[in-house]
Amino acid sequence: MLDLIVIGGGPAGLAAACSAWEGGAKNIVIVERDRELGGILNQCIHNGFGLHYFQEELTGPEYAGRFIRMLKSTGVEVRLDTMVLDVTEEKEVHIVSAAEGYRVLRAKAVILAMGCRERARGAISIPGSRPAGIFTAGAAQRYVNIEGRMVGSRILILGSGDIGLIMARRMTLEGAKVLACVELMPYSGGLNRNIVQCLQDFGIPLYLSHTIVDIKGNARVEQVTIARVDARRKPIPGTEKIFNCDTVLLSVGLIPENELSKKAGIRLDRRTNGPVVCENMETSVPGIFACGNVVHVHDLVDFVTAESQRAGAAAAEYIARGERPGCDVLELTNGDGVAYTVPQRIRRSGVKKSAEVFFRVSRVCGRSTLCVRCGDGDIAEFKRDHLAPGEMEHIVLPKALLEKCGSGNLTISVKEVSHD
Amino acid sequence: MTELICIVCPRGCHLKVDEENGFSVTGNSCPRGAEYGRAELTNPTRVVTSTVRVEGALHPRCPVKTNVPIPKKLVFEAVRALNGVCLEAPIAAGQIVVKNVCGTGADFIATRNLERR
Repeated sequence: MLDLIVIGGGPAGLAAACSAWEGGAKNIVIVERDRELGGILNQCIHNGFGLHYFQEELTGPEYAGRFIRMLKSTGVEVRLDTMVLDVTEEKEVHIVSAAEGYRVLRAKAVILAMGCRERARGAISIPGSRPAGIFTAGAAQRYVNIEGRMVGSRILILGSGDIGLIMARRMTLEGAKVLACVELMPYSGGLNRNIVQCLQDFGIPLYLSHTIVDIKGNARVEQVTIARVDARRKPIPGTEKIFNCDTVLLSVGLIPENELSKKAGIRLDRRTNGPVVCENMETSVPGIFACGNVVHVHDLVDFVTAESQRAGAAAAEYIARGERPGCDVLELTNGDGVAYTVPQRIRRSGVKKSAEVFFRVSRVCGRSTLCVRCGDGDIAEFKRDHLAPGEMEHIVLPKALLEKCGSGNLTISVKEVSHD
Repeated sequence: MTELICIVCPRGCHLKVDEENGFSVTGNSCPRGAEYGRAELTNPTRVVTSTVRVEGALHPRCPVKTNVPIPKKLVFEAVRALNGVCLEAPIAAGQIVVKNVCGTGADFIATRNLERR
């Protein structure tokens, strides 16, 4: 019997395994389906990682490299090229690999760190024909940065998520012409700094409130038509613009990858598409923890690391001491202007000094107050100058405050003071 | 007065830079923002990242970056300096790939280890 199985060797799995080791768990295995550790960071060759955690600006491979080095100083076992087929409530993990075939591993605790995957064309029903040349931005990033294959020469990007913006710059530096970045919403889903350094630096236009209404092409994409959309996101006839291009990159969102979580009977949250977790990242199944993009999609890897370290430490504690009492639970709900919260539940007895709550707002707001309400009364307020759905928010609720409020629900909402 | 969005960190502060008053910066939340605002209007710089060919490794490409920011106007010239460069595995993160990129004094360095296969 192992102490801990970590599923996924990306940033979440690496940090969780290291922290569980430091916390005293010793018999730890990371199962990774790729040929190497590091996950998606390996293809994120741009810089901007690690400003919070390392206080310096690293590229994705450098950030991953530091954690791989940390892991090597532990006794954590790594199984590469190995796919997890099934996880059960009893913490049996069914794995398969070319080298060892099919095996069942058993552990006292499991950490889910499978990350997320990209939404593809099928999920957003773009009209038009089905030629070659339509990629998700992350797939194109892998082709270009790892495989060394160029994906096209005249490129249109749908969606302004960070990966799409990063790829606009990357493709431009590789000699392609990026014609435009087209965003359905009236605001970008990416970080402001990426709009500046990936689009504005290269004169790439960003069309907000626009979408693709037609893709033409026989063997390969030849022409894409975009149009402005109205407040209900329906294309407005007469506003079409035509681009002659050979490639479309989709950066239209990420979905936590939870097929295994479902198989284990773990309760999922429809708002995040990830497991419902407690203050220590434990899921609805005792002893199964989750962290990173499998729980909710983060915009910064630094926050994935911090969250995963909490999950790793909590798993080590579970392995040493067994189940944490589940009584005295505060359920977190989203009030006006808040799209989701993580964690969704706080067990007050499990809070050490304070509980951190991460969430996203559902609309762009200027100067605002974040209100935390328990029962009938506001228990805390936090001021913000600017809020956007593309930027994850985070508040810290001290233990003393949580103990003062009654039982029941904690509701987080946004009150806008003035609009930008 | 020029308005900028700071790109030093993901926070994205809205900066105002006053060219007439010695490029004084307001709206920044940290000293690096003030430095960025000043530099962006006097000598804008960027760290450049890309890849080069590598033989004998798990992957055919090795990621690289300039070890310090270089003038923004030299970004395209800098990536052209990587054309034709081919490394031989093993590669150690931090190893110099191209020295003194376009005369800037910056070096392109490898950003990951790649073992010999």
